[in-house]
Parts: sequence; C-alpha cells; structure tokens
Amino acid sequence: MKTMTSLPGLPLTWTALPGALPAQHAVVDPVQLLEACRRVRERGGHLVTLWAEDRGEALGHCLVVVLDGADALLVLEYVLPSVASSYPDLSGIFPTASRLQRAVHDLSGIRANGGDHRPWLRHDRWPGDWYPLRRDSIPAVAPAEGERYPFVQVEGDGVHEIAVGPVHAGTIEPGHFRFSVVGEKVLRLEERLGYVHKGIEKRMEGMTLGEGIRVASRVSGDSTVAFAWAYAMAVESLTATAVPPRALALRALLLERERLANHLGDLGALGNDAGLALGLSQFLRLKEDLLRVNAQVWSVRYPMDALVPGGVRADLTPIGAQQLWDSMGRIESELRVLRELYDNHAGLQDRFMGAGTITPDLAKRLGMVGMAARASGQAQDWRASKRMPPYDEFEVSPVVRDQGDVAARVAVRFDEASDSLRICRHLLTTIPAGPIAAPLGAVPSDRLAVGGVEGWRGPVFVGLRASREGTVLRCHPHDPSWHNWPALEHAIIDNIVPDFPLINKSFNLSYSGHDL
Amino acid sequence: MWQMFRQILRVGLVTEAPPAPDDALVQGTLHGDIRRIFGRALCIRHVDAGSCNGCELEIHALNNPYYNLEGQGVRFVASPRHADALLVTGPVSRHMAEALERTYAATPDPKFVIAVGDCGACGGVFGEGYACLGGVASVIPVDVTVPGCPPTPTALLQAILSAIRRRAMR
Repeated sequence: MKTMTSLPGLPLTWTALPGALPAQHAVVDPVQLLEACRRVRERGGHLVTLWAEDRGEALGHCLVVVLDGADALLVLEYVLPSVASSYPDLSGIFPTASRLQRAVHDLSGIRANGGDHRPWLRHDRWPGDWYPLRRDSIPAVAPAEGERYPFVQVEGDGVHEIAVGPVHAGTIEPGHFRFSVVGEKVLRLEERLGYVHKGIEKRMEGMTLGEGIRVASRVSGDSTVAFAWAYAMAVESLTATAVPPRALALRALLLERERLANHLGDLGALGNDAGLALGLSQFLRLKEDLLRVNAQVWSVRYPMDALVPGGVRADLTPIGAQQLWDSMGRIESELRVLRELYDNHAGLQDRFMGAGTITPDLAKRLGMVGMAARASGQAQDWRASKRMPPYDEFEVSPVVRDQGDVAARVAVRFDEASDSLRICRHLLTTIPAGPIAAPLGAVPSDRLAVGGVEGWRGPVFVGLRASREGTVLRCHPHDPSWHNWPALEHAIIDNIVPDFPLINKSFNLSYSGHDL
Repeated sequence: MWQMFRQILRVGLVTEAPPAPDDALVQGTLHGDIRRIFGRALCIRHVDAGSCNGCELEIHALNNPYYNLEGQGVRFVASPRHADALLVTGPVSRHMAEALERTYAATPDPKFVIAVGDCGACGGVFGEGYACLGGVASVIPVDVTVPGCPPTPTALLQAILSAIRRRAMR
C-alpha cells in the first residue's frame, strides 16, 4: 500500500489492483470523492463510469466511481451509511455523470444529492420505487400507469417538435429523438434511450465466471471482442491468472479485425448517407470479404464466443494465419483506392465537411472518449495510454484530427483501419508459440476487479465482484457510448434535420451497450 | 468520376445465386415466388426489439453486393404500413414490447413475421426477466424462426424464402 503521487495532498490509502489494466483502489468519504474527481478533472482526466452495489445486510450499499487518471485508473469506493443516504452529485465536474447517476437510481435506488433526477433506463414498465439490482427485490413487475417522461420544451415563434422513434426508418437500434426545430434548423435535440434495456447486470448475477462471458460478449454485438476481453481481464485480475502470450496476441488480432470490420461498414454507410451508394456497396463488399475470412479461420463470421476467461477458445493454424495475411493485402490495396475516391469526390466532401462539428474545447468539456473524441482533437487511446499486453510490445499512437466534423470522423476511421492492418501484420509475424489458455486461479472473497480495452468506439470497461465459489456477485459492463451520446445532442445544433442521419452515423453509438 | 467508373468496372458483378429455401423445399427462383404470391416486390420492415445489434449486422449484409437481396425483389422499407413482413430481432425488452405490438398492428394483412436469432426465437442468453419477455412469440404471432447468434445472411435468406413458400402452400 502506498499513497499515490498522482493525487498529491489527498490522504488516501491506495491499493494496486492486480491485472493487465493498471488500476488503484481506495475507499473514500464524500468529501474525498468530490476532491478526487475535481483533481482528476483539473489534470485533464475523465470519468470512466460509476455504479452502485447492494452488498447485503452486513456490508450495505456502496457506490463505485472509476476515473481515468491518464496512466492508471482510479477506483473509488464509497460505502453509504444507509440505503436512504445520498452521494455527492458529480455531474457538475463530469457532465457525463448525469445519465449514469440517473441509471444508478433506476437500477439500485441510490440517489445523488443533486442534478437531474428524471428516470433514465427505467421507462414506465415498472414502478419507480422498485429497484431490480436490490437484493431484496421481488421480480414481480407491474407497469407504472400514466407516468410521462418530461422532455425539455423549447418555446418561441415558429418552434415545433419532431418526434422520431423508437422504431426508426432504417435497420438500426431503437431509441427516441425529440428535435425542436425552426424550419429545417435544429435548435435542440433531446435523446431518450433505454428501449433495449435487457437487465444484463441482473442477468449476470449468480452466473459462474465462465457463463458470464457469454452475456458480456453480447452487451453490444458489434463490440463483442472488446466486451469479452474486458470481462475476461477482470476475471483474470480477480483470480490472479496469467494469460499465455499467444492468447493475448490472438485476442488483439480479433480486436483489431473487429475495429476494421466496423470501420469498413461505417465508411460505406457514411458514403451512402451522403448520397454515394457506390461507397456502401464497395465497402460492404470489403467487409463481407473480411467476415468470410473470419468464417474460414475461426468458423464464425462474428467471433461472439472466441474468448474464454484465461485465454481464447480456438488456436490459429498456420493455414489460418496465411489466409489472414493474404486477405489483409487485398483489403489494404482496396482501401487505398476507395480513400482516394472519397477524398476526390467534391459532392461527398461537401456533405462531410462542417457537418456535426464538435470543437476540441467542447469535446474536452463534455468528456468525450474514443474514436469520436480523437476526431475532435483529444489524443486518447487506451491502447497507447494503458498499454495492456500485448499493446505494450509495439507502438500505437492515437489518430487525431482537430476539425471535429463528419469529415474528421471519416478520416480517423480511414487512418485507424490502416493502422489496424499494420498491427495485425505485426501480430501475425511475432505471434509466440505456446498454450492458448491458462486455468483460472482461486477467487479471493470480497475484491473488486476491473478490465478494459480500447474497442473500435472507445474504451470498453468491466467492473466485477465474485463470490469465493466463483459466481458473479455484481458485474458492471460499460460502453463508451455513455460519454458520446450527450455530444451528439450538441453536434446537431444549428445543422438541418436531413443531416441528422449522416451526423448520427458518423458517431455510430451503441444503444444496446448503453441501455444494458 | 472516371475513378468511380474504373472501380465499378474493375470489381464487376459479385452477386451470388440465392440459396435453396431449405432442404425440405424445392429450389426455385425467389423473384418468381415473390411475384406470384405478392404480385410485386416483397417489402420487409425490420424491428429491433432489444437485440445486441449482432443480428442487425447480418441483416445489413443481406444488402451487400454478394447477397443483393434487393436484386431478388425483396426490399427493406421505412414504415410498417408499406410492409408485407416483419423481421424482428431481440429477446423483446419490456420497453420495446408496446412499440413491437403497434408496429405489428400497423402492418397491413396479409403479413408474416420472421423472428431472428436465438434471442428472437427464445430470448437467447438474455432469457426472461424483469426487463425481457423471452422471444418474439411472447408478444406477436411468429411464422418462421431463424436461430443463430447471429444467423448468417444465408440463413436469413433461407428463412425469408421459406416464409414465402409456406404462404404459397397454404
């Protein structure tokens, strides 16, 4: 135990959490919690996530707040004196804490002492005083009749509202958007999410650590490797399991291919949303080629269950490695042609440039993360800052653009796709021999563990507490979309309604990962 | 502009022949069946009722040039009022149940429903709980189920074809 120098002057006892993700844990009181948040914020740090835990009659309720202090995560635990007591409102320091705090109340019934108190993940399908993550909650559900969600109203001459969703026009996830507009210009957008809330955290309670990864892998289908890895990392931290180097290389290979597949799909969809159908068909063809190689090598197009706690499920054969290598050469040359085509298409660039702008200053104030933050000048990438193995063995530099518009988010995707190809090549040439999984160690009682990786959208995080018998007591998966959904509300201001699909797609945020 | 044409010419046509509906049914042309039964293009409305977004990725793939679903006369439409069929994903979250019922009610008869994925079939890993109803059939009548997590585009194509054939045999 040592006092960490990264928050000098704050008398906290820090314990390093073992595992691949550098993290320090401390028990705090409300004053220390606020002070730690303030200091991290002053140093340009972020809120990663926060959640509440019901630890039974003897231990009571606690709030866990995870902060990103650049090179390490700071995990702060505040034990509430009673279930009725509140915790300090953090939304004044970290704006993205607001919706997380509302979700904590919906699920665990613990309230912040200020900020927005409207429900967030809970709609009117069950009563407001019934909390699913309480240990004493009885799973009988009756709708809360007649409850209406109070949207913020914009008033003035000629202002009207356009309500969109939850069922949208395209093949996308459900959510509700309330636009306040004058003519075609958007004055304000308010999001209402939670439609795909599946009770994932409750579902995972009581599962064995091995079963849990199947649910973690399906928190957000397009980020299945990222979530599975973050979950596995937390399990391995808890059980002091050393993952074999070959398994780590294979995980990174899967994660970079996931990034590549999503970026290819998005680049096509963005061309399409700007009126260039050719972009969609060309990029979807490339993505299909990649998925078919996945099917040849791993026998599935989407590797939903490729990871297991302790390693990976299937090894890579020399033939498989060759197939991956060959397919990357093809993708790289096609990507070069299509990038030139996009760059030189005046009509396309006209739609991309200046649409949905988030300035670097605003991105910083909002606490944006991941790919969208990098397109707004924020040089943050957990692969570079946290250097969890095997990302400690080679160089990853965050791809950054300053313009913060759709064009910047397109450019970041192009650059990151190329960089993922470089990383995959490096991994294929340096992949060590050896086992692909290690047996899990014993679970110590009562310890919190964390895991996280930089998925294609941004940092994906999992917090986990397990029983000595090896079952999940509390698992909190966290998608980076939580931090970027509020930014989308800003990005659309002063743009026209018909540009919303394009701007929305340029962020391509997760509903399922957010709604849990 | 010449760059675009060069790319189009270089890549050429990559569309593949559609798969057989399934082993029990005789292979035929999807387009012909659709013309005979619906008299025009088959219009599908997709509804995400709590999916993890995995099934959506494969539904997207149906419109890539390899599967070219639209070329077979099957089109995804923006409103249930334009649709002949609903393609429903997800274990049906309690928060989407009403939207799903209303979408079903807004779809004109005759209509059919395809439940997509393990979740659509029976709730999948999410099962049934305070927030999930455990499958599409718990809310609206289902004609065809496509298991898989996520089901491949080929399996989805087969399901669409099977649903059309089932209707033809009624």
